[in-house]
Amino acid sequence: MTDTAAPKTTVSITVDGRAVEAKPGELLINACEQSGSFVPHFCYHPRMSAVGMCRQCIVEVEGPRGKALVVSCMTPVAEGQVVSTTSEPAKRAQEGVLELLLANHPLDCPVCDKGGECPLQDQAFSHGPGESRYVEEKRHYEKPIPISDLVFLDRERCILCDRCTRFASEVAGDPLISFTSRGNNTQVMTFPDEPFSSYFSGNTVQICPVGALTASPYRFKARPWDLEQVESTCTTCSVGCRTVVQSSRDELVRYQGVDIESVNWGWLCDRGRFNFEAVNSKNRVHAPLVRKDGELVDATWSSALDAAGRILRTVINDKGPDAVAIVGGARGSNEDAFAWAKLADALGITARDSQLGDGMPAEVFALPQATIAEVCTARTVVLLAPDLKEELPVLYLRLRDAAEKRQTRIIEVSPRATGLADYAWKSVRHDPGDQPRVVSALLASPDVAAQLALGNVAVVVGRGNLAESPEFSLLAVGAVLSAQPEARVLPVVRRGNVRGAVTAGLTPQRADGDTNAILAAAAAGKVECVVLLGADPFTDVPDADLVRRAFAGVKHVIAVDTFVTESSRHAEVLLSAAAYGEKMGTTTNCEGRVSDVAQKITTAGTARPDWMIAAELAMELGVDLGYSSYGEVHAAMTAGIAAFAPVAEARAVRREGVVIAHPAAVRITAAATSAAPRLTHQFRLLVSRVLYDQAVSTSQSPSLAPLARDAGIHLHSSDALRLGVREGSDLRVAANGSAVVLPLVIDDAVSRGVAFVPFNQHGNDIRVLIRHDAPVTDLVIEVI
Amino acid sequence: MSRLSSERVTIAQEIVGRFPRKKSALIPLLHLAQEQDGYVAQDAMVHIAEMLDLAPAEVYGTASFYEMFKFHPIGKYCINICTNISCQLVGAWNLLHHAEQRLGIKAGGTTADGLFTIEDVECIAACTEAPALQVNYRYRYKVTPESFDGLVAELEAGKLTGEFPPHGTLATVRQETTETWSNRGTEAQAKVDAR
Amino acid sequence: MSVPTGPRIITSRFDVADGHTYSGYVRTGGYQSLRKAVGTMTPQQVHDEVKAAEIQGRGGAGFPAGTKWGFLPADVHPRYLVINGDESEPGTYKDRMLMELDPHQLIEGILLACYALNAAQAFLYVRGEMALAQERLAQALNDAYANNMVGKNICGSQFSVDITLTWGAGAYIVGEETALIESLEGERGMPRLKPPFFPAVKGLYMQPTIVNNVETLANLPYIVGQGGGDFKSLGAPTSTGMRMFAISGHVNKPGVFEVPNGVTTFRMLFEASEYCGGVRNGGSVKAFIPGGASAMWFFPEHLDMALDKPTVDKAGSMLGSGAIVVMDQSTDMVAACWRIVRFFARESCGKCTPCREGTTWLERVLKRMLDGHGRAEDIDMLFEISESISPGIAWPPRQTTICPLGPSAVSPIASAVRRFRPEFEHYIEHGRPIDGVESPFATHLATHV
Ligand SMILES: Cc1cc2nc3c(=O)[nH]c(=O)nc-3n(C[C@H](O)[C@H](O)[C@H](O)COP(=O)(O)O)c2cc1C
Ligand code: SF4
Ligand code: FES
Repeated sequence: MTDTAAPKTTVSITVDGRAVEAKPGELLINACEQSGSFVPHFCYHPRMSAVGMCRQCIVEVEGPRGKALVVSCMTPVAEGQVVSTTSEPAKRAQEGVLELLLANHPLDCPVCDKGGECPLQDQAFSHGPGESRYVEEKRHYEKPIPISDLVFLDRERCILCDRCTRFASEVAGDPLISFTSRGNNTQVMTFPDEPFSSYFSGNTVQICPVGALTASPYRFKARPWDLEQVESTCTTCSVGCRTVVQSSRDELVRYQGVDIESVNWGWLCDRGRFNFEAVNSKNRVHAPLVRKDGELVDATWSSALDAAGRILRTVINDKGPDAVAIVGGARGSNEDAFAWAKLADALGITARDSQLGDGMPAEVFALPQATIAEVCTARTVVLLAPDLKEELPVLYLRLRDAAEKRQTRIIEVSPRATGLADYAWKSVRHDPGDQPRVVSALLASPDVAAQLALGNVAVVVGRGNLAESPEFSLLAVGAVLSAQPEARVLPVVRRGNVRGAVTAGLTPQRADGDTNAILAAAAAGKVECVVLLGADPFTDVPDADLVRRAFAGVKHVIAVDTFVTESSRHAEVLLSAAAYGEKMGTTTNCEGRVSDVAQKITTAGTARPDWMIAAELAMELGVDLGYSSYGEVHAAMTAGIAAFAPVAEARAVRREGVVIAHPAAVRITAAATSAAPRLTHQFRLLVSRVLYDQAVSTSQSPSLAPLARDAGIHLHSSDALRLGVREGSDLRVAANGSAVVLPLVIDDAVSRGVAFVPFNQHGNDIRVLIRHDAPVTDLVIEVI
Repeated sequence: MSRLSSERVTIAQEIVGRFPRKKSALIPLLHLAQEQDGYVAQDAMVHIAEMLDLAPAEVYGTASFYEMFKFHPIGKYCINICTNISCQLVGAWNLLHHAEQRLGIKAGGTTADGLFTIEDVECIAACTEAPALQVNYRYRYKVTPESFDGLVAELEAGKLTGEFPPHGTLATVRQETTETWSNRGTEAQAKVDAR
Repeated sequence: MSVPTGPRIITSRFDVADGHTYSGYVRTGGYQSLRKAVGTMTPQQVHDEVKAAEIQGRGGAGFPAGTKWGFLPADVHPRYLVINGDESEPGTYKDRMLMELDPHQLIEGILLACYALNAAQAFLYVRGEMALAQERLAQALNDAYANNMVGKNICGSQFSVDITLTWGAGAYIVGEETALIESLEGERGMPRLKPPFFPAVKGLYMQPTIVNNVETLANLPYIVGQGGGDFKSLGAPTSTGMRMFAISGHVNKPGVFEVPNGVTTFRMLFEASEYCGGVRNGGSVKAFIPGGASAMWFFPEHLDMALDKPTVDKAGSMLGSGAIVVMDQSTDMVAACWRIVRFFARESCGKCTPCREGTTWLERVLKRMLDGHGRAEDIDMLFEISESISPGIAWPPRQTTICPLGPSAVSPIASAVRRFRPEFEHYIEHGRPIDGVESPFATHLATHV
């Protein structure tokens, strides 16, 4: 080829007689499928390395050296190839492999969970020989064995495709299942006494091409032909994984990951995958509740709305709109938040916050924004975030993949080694409150400076420590942005739709209007009515004492909730809300991607979507918000809020969704300052979330609830040695005039001098030591 | 049931130093464990996993692929009788049958006193000396039922301890090179480190 | 009978009592070729001698070593030499002797190869079940390191090489070069698909790697010492040099012999007094396996064929690893066939469906026949299962599998059933062998699987 000839950007091949243009390097199996020839396969999975071991995808290829049978999943396209997926030799080979796969596979499709949606069953019909001649005895194993709390393995059904094992080691980085033994005795197993307790175990069930792996929350719940499904978006955390939501007899039975390029690649975490159980929970609030003689009792919607309206009217008339505050809204849809913001606007309520003192100042959304895809293709990622594996698990998978492919170098700056520490290029520990200084020092070091100078830098920032002011991370981001003005930021907030709620207007409209300020004002008697929108301050706000005082001081609580929680049980009126899967809407993930959330089942009892409750309450108060259907709220939102305008243009927000920008761009350029250093005899407190906690969606899901751990205080082994205590010893932990007793967990991921307590676990509550207005929390630990 | 002794940990570290990647030392370390206990104990696998930065499931996954690794105690003398084609042609099955009768166990079994295990094995590369067997991977050629009985008698009498160290011990000489110069800073390693 | 014999090149020290020791080796001319190479030759010159020798790999496939070395991409480092001492093909017995009886010769061969290849590290992978070979090689390496024959600045030159001795733990498939590489990486020994994983390009740790058999490398001291041309003149132009064959089974004097390659015939090997001295009990050959259990069988009409690679290939089989198994008229062909199939079924790594399921199925059907439960349709079914593993059931085999192990299980079936079909039918009908044939299970029905 001469320099002037335009290089050909496609590869021309022939598939079953059709001329096809394929991408260079593309695998035959994909090129064939794109061109309309489906090649049966089992081991191949587009998101994992090809192993070519099931041998099902054999096709016949004619190349320069004649015809050959090749596996299409490991053969790249080559110019001039003539491929046949259905030639006699190809078909004979495919049939032969299928017959052999079925030789040892039980023919128990009628009782198998996979029956009806089983690739092996389907392909046996479409590409198989029809009948089995295998008269020898089949392989026998003990019937399904639990390999973890959530997953069962039936080795007799396993066709040894290596998908689950590859997923565990390649994608999740949890190589806790492996092939064992050899040849015809090969099986998938865990190490004795070490279960497959991966946060991502459910994915193996989804990608198992037969019924060998089953998930306990779904086993025997439904037959595929009874399933109805719709595509949706998971709102468990702010990654916003694409899902299909499946129901049977108007009950949610399963979520499956959908492969979209921009977000989750088909994966889900187990918390997001299995918390549909909470929607089905018997504990759901099926009708509005009104307090009568001190008890919450069932009420009609009209009487409940009437009661709520009366409270609001009275408080606003007597004390003005500043005596009312709205807390929450990040669990619902954009439209829900929008409707409530509009109601607040109409009533003049300015104290509203969708975060619960556990998030980040809303200005993080206004920093130059990076998408997940941009972060995962950045040259350098600076992590100033909580442990993504615990909080935004699928983002962890994506970043882990980026690091493993060596396209991205991760610089992790945290008080405790996070799940990404093993994949980080640099992993730096610091005391809480000292992140700005540590980041500045890091930026000054020659190798980091040189790495950042290569450009394409992304910062992931979030609330890594609930016992520390979020300002420090903002200052640290500011330091990176000063050094690297081109850097882009991905704010990671835990709750599903914080970003959407903020964009829709559920964010403080005055300087002291955030949740902490609201609670303080309630404690002081200045806020008389708090409206909780799916918010549970008693379990989520870090400063427990503040919550206690606020609820003691406030006159009226109105709750919109799906459950009676620690907080909503204080309500005078509890308006029963529709849950996930029971209502339509859109949601906005951490990167600003708006995608749709679908309704699949009818609501529990008479529960209603939040936006409808807002509209009806408005009516009660003599305000017409102007929406009587979901379509109308959605239209009003996209018309009324500029940031959401692209959503309307995109018409149906399907699949990949639309990324929106935050209205105002801000720059943080503050000099990096840290908190005062810790006194040597003290420990500085780190409180952050782990995947399984007491949050309502987890604790109300019977399969997930037992996975939450008992509360404990994690110290580095050298600190334990210094204190002369052993694993499990009870320690008295004191700060700010309060104390709790917690058992010791030795944990070398924690840096010395730091005490890590996972948030919201069973047992004594560390939050009584946290003060929302203290920049850091220093502890005195006593051995008892 | 044991982890590797400190002396064997030292040897293990030497072995690890001879490979550009830690995991390459896995099979040698499993042999070390089997040498120590006569079989690969569960705790030893956990210990090896720690040393090589692996999950125990990965250690077991590899270990269980290879027939020589035993996960439960077997006889002090593992007698492997080859029944593959060259041996079958000249009476291997008769020999195996005889051995089973003599020791009162079936192939795959271990005598009650823990002294002998018999295995029916594939070709042991002594085909011209068939029928052949190995005791703890050391050969006896052209074995007849009579010579088998003689061998068992001698083993029982403890006369052959020099020739046949206990099950698990392979070479009694170890490679001494402790750290190979070529592994220091090899490019492959550098690439791995340079994430 | 006049039979060609030749010098003993690689077996020359087999009768020297201390030939396996460092002093014995050096006393008998050892390490001279290494000194010559590092002192007077460039790596390219060493490579050229190996090319000129046209030595075919002795591990089974018979690929010319000099040509294989040429596939290494230039200037990609690190690159590795891996020595395949896993010898497990049924009938094969020669690498073990080379390792036990002349370990330094192998070490010298490894060093010469590393010199030619510019490789700084070699991995010597010995079969797990060979304790004595492991021991002898460990001692030899320790002595060679101590005498500065291995390690840094060998013999005072700029040439430095490390040899790491390691061994397997019982898995035939690890003899396959990519499985060996996996095993060396601490993995389950499951082969990689070629392409894309040709070792010379993406081998150990995905770096360029040459895998050579023990016998192949043991020839290098001679080739470099005497010249490639000299080596080539010892055999036939199409199969050069001397070569080791192990002849086992029903001959009077089974043994391992170093034979002029390409000129000696099977009949000479079986009958000549210099070699095996005839079939036992004055009997005659019913069938023989010319090159290991994977090979198609040969029959009396092949006896006068020379042990020449292209000739044997053309006749529909292979010389493989030099393992010849002779079966006389009394042999139970159903049992022989079953035993080889059982081997492959037991040794399948389990990666490919056709091999994992197919070889076991074949074995079960044959076992059922031996146990007297054969069915008339079983014979056709054997061929159909075989067809699913190796389309066309031809030689060289086509395969639906990753490596040739699966198709290897088809060879004994294709050979024995096609030639001795009545013996299989007799088993199906009567549950025992035809008259005049000796069941190997005379006292012991085939209870072992
Ligand atoms: C199933 C299988 C088993 C093999 N076993 C051995 C073996 O035990 N020893 C060996 O040297 N080569 C064996 N080979 C051949 C190797 O893959 C490889 O071709 C050889 O080691 C290359 O060395 P050479 O070119 O010097 O012959 C085997 C191949 C296959 C497919
Ligand atoms: S053909 Fe058999 S031995 Fe070879 S890779 Fe496939 S399963 Fe493994
Ligand atoms: S899909 Fe190609 S071999 Fe399994």
